[in-house]
Amino acid sequence: MPTTPLAAPVDLDGVLQRHQHNPTRLLQILIDAQDLAGWLPAPTLTHIAAALGIPRARVEGVAGFYSFLYTRPVGRYRVLFSDNITDRMLGNDGLMDALCRKLWVEPGKLSEDGLVSVATTSCTGLCDQGPAILVNGLAIGQLSHRRINEIAELIRQQRPLDLWPAEYFRVDDNIRRKDALLDLQMPPGDALRAAIARGRDGWLDEVRASRLRGRGGAGFATAVKWESARNAPGADKVIVCNADEGEPGTFKDRVLLNSYADLVFEGMTLAAWAIGASEGFLYLRGEYRYLRPQLEAALARRREAGLLGTAILGTPGFDFDIQIHLGAGAYVCGEESALIESLEGKRGTPRIRPPFPVVKGYLGRPTAVNNVETHAKTCLIALYGGEAFADTGTAQSTGTKLLSISGDCAAPGIYEYPFGVPITRILEDCGASDTQAVQVGGAAGICLANYEFHRHIAYEDVPTAGAFMVFDGTRDLFDVARAFVHFFAHESCGFCTPCRVGTSLLKGFMDKLADGHGARADLNDIEWLDRLLKNASHCGLGSAAPNPVIDTLQKFRPAYERRLVSLDFEPAFDLDAALAEARQLTARDDPGAHLKTHEEDAQ
Amino acid sequence: MTTPVPRKLRVATTSLAGCFGCHMSFLDIDEHLFELVELIEFDRSPLTDIKDVGPCDIGLIEGGVCNSENVHVLREFRRNCKTLIALGACAVTGGLPAQRNHLSLSECLREVYQFRPGVENGQIPNDPELPLPLDKVRPIHEVVRVDYFIPGCPPSGPAIWKFLTDLIAGRTPRLTGGLLHYD
Repeated sequence: MPTTPLAAPVDLDGVLQRHQHNPTRLLQILIDAQDLAGWLPAPTLTHIAAALGIPRARVEGVAGFYSFLYTRPVGRYRVLFSDNITDRMLGNDGLMDALCRKLWVEPGKLSEDGLVSVATTSCTGLCDQGPAILVNGLAIGQLSHRRINEIAELIRQQRPLDLWPAEYFRVDDNIRRKDALLDLQMPPGDALRAAIARGRDGWLDEVRASRLRGRGGAGFATAVKWESARNAPGADKVIVCNADEGEPGTFKDRVLLNSYADLVFEGMTLAAWAIGASEGFLYLRGEYRYLRPQLEAALARRREAGLLGTAILGTPGFDFDIQIHLGAGAYVCGEESALIESLEGKRGTPRIRPPFPVVKGYLGRPTAVNNVETHAKTCLIALYGGEAFADTGTAQSTGTKLLSISGDCAAPGIYEYPFGVPITRILEDCGASDTQAVQVGGAAGICLANYEFHRHIAYEDVPTAGAFMVFDGTRDLFDVARAFVHFFAHESCGFCTPCRVGTSLLKGFMDKLADGHGARADLNDIEWLDRLLKNASHCGLGSAAPNPVIDTLQKFRPAYERRLVSLDFEPAFDLDAALAEARQLTARDDPGAHLKTHEEDAQ
Repeated sequence: MTTPVPRKLRVATTSLAGCFGCHMSFLDIDEHLFELVELIEFDRSPLTDIKDVGPCDIGLIEGGVCNSENVHVLREFRRNCKTLIALGACAVTGGLPAQRNHLSLSECLREVYQFRPGVENGQIPNDPELPLPLDKVRPIHEVVRVDYFIPGCPPSGPAIWKFLTDLIAGRTPRLTGGLLHYD
């Protein structure tokens, strides 16, 4: 059985050598080591710790942090069902049940023969073609009962993944509306040539004139970030492209990396030109691992064409190259300082700021972290100038924005709009009808009710990293909020108590309501927790965690109130059932051996 | 003038699945007890031996909920006390008695009454006079609504004193610094 512990960690030495025994590559080493055996047995961790000269506890700490690293045996076939609300709306639970029944395995457990394990995972970024799964890290979308039957059969036959039908692994771009960026057909190197011709300062001036703001959600001015990194002391500056697209409902970076990778890499090189960086990282979320071979090929092509490496395009002193780092299933690593920790081979715990990454980032070096889309957009600025870029959009939000649209609409996919587009227009374009709510910006974003659909996508009105989930009149917004609360409880990094405990408590209250034990007192407690999470969390992810509940409690309160069985208090469990075991052990059934669940009944 | 006529507040206390350590800590407020009885009078409490709780202003609950009698007492307190307070670690979290929660109830009872060395023909007690144990020990807020929590095992005398004087004076009680601890 391949899931037995490695007898001798001989294979590991190849992995360790490939990574130069470098402890900052610990996460990459663990990912590669796991590829050898399917999981990470204790002797493997011990061997890695000894070989890298770091404490065993640090290796264990990292291995235990990331969802896709396993310190217990998993099946030779590891099936993970994407569990975003859009997957739930498409019936992922029924499909998971069906697969488990066919394979005689319980969710979250390893089958007795070690063949297969089935579980859920956070949104895998295939919301436009769900329900989706990952099989041994590879994405499969458009699941149906028929496809599930076929997959169960392939697993039972122990067919290797590379012999599975190729169409399973086809991921469509689903580009529905193109604008400046997606319409751009640029021969690699053109933007770079234009920027080099302007000189480093001239190029930065163009970016400043474009008033480009970060597309990852926070909307920080890109030129300010780059300038700070450029002026920070230290010659060895770093460019990081944040492709840890973990926000539920977002998948625009998937499409950019799949079909516009040259724009992204060229954008990173443009940033290196402005800042004077020589090293770049693409932090690729583990869910998009299937993109890695083609991304590596794109990098190789660019090196060949003199667009990466030393003296780029014959420019003396312009040396820059990019390497790809894989994530391993941790939403928090989308936060830039957590991402840098992860790049350094540590647990993805957000740092205390200041110092900001532009001053002290990767290994203490000045580091500019930008979103995939931000990097790609800079190509437009290099080609056509900052002023032209600023011509579209609104006063404070220049250019266009990619939206990842999913949920209840006829044509889910990628839509590129100039900033300032009203929600109504988007809903019309994607073929949504009877829409009661839209979740913009993902789980951490904002839930808009139909009386707000006149509002606009822009930093000054409704800011977004790109997620746009549509819910029609048949959906229950309590279920939506509860799914997001589950997501945050699962993804809390555990570093600070308000978020670690707060998200779990919030999940407990939402489940209590869902299970039919809701009471008015719970709503008070939920609102108290919302305030606590918002104000006391260590990082922005913790403070955004209550957003879906805050919004839906305000805008869809009856969805909560109809679940209340008491206007005062109600236990989350059945008190009389809690005595059942004791009744059985004592063979008692007298009135004193029972409890009424409601206090009124007890009087 | 609508100022309420000053009257003594009625306070009830009880220990459910606790060790009376929190009550002992309460007594550790020492000479403050004299000030306290100027401000309050006790209803049901181990200090008075009153058996049933009547209408009260403040109820202090030590210990978690481990059996059906605890549920009845706790409910009676909730019905009668305007303000109900979880006093100490066991009331707040289940505490030490909740250590049994990772075992099944039948494992616990069989081990004690049937399989323990020296026990012969042992039987799990089944007298109807005895309250039945719940399958798990619960913190009190899982059974009734609770207004305030005082952590600590036990909370110190000064913490209890600060909390009660705040409450009696009409300030929302707030423990900070050395008064707030969880061990």
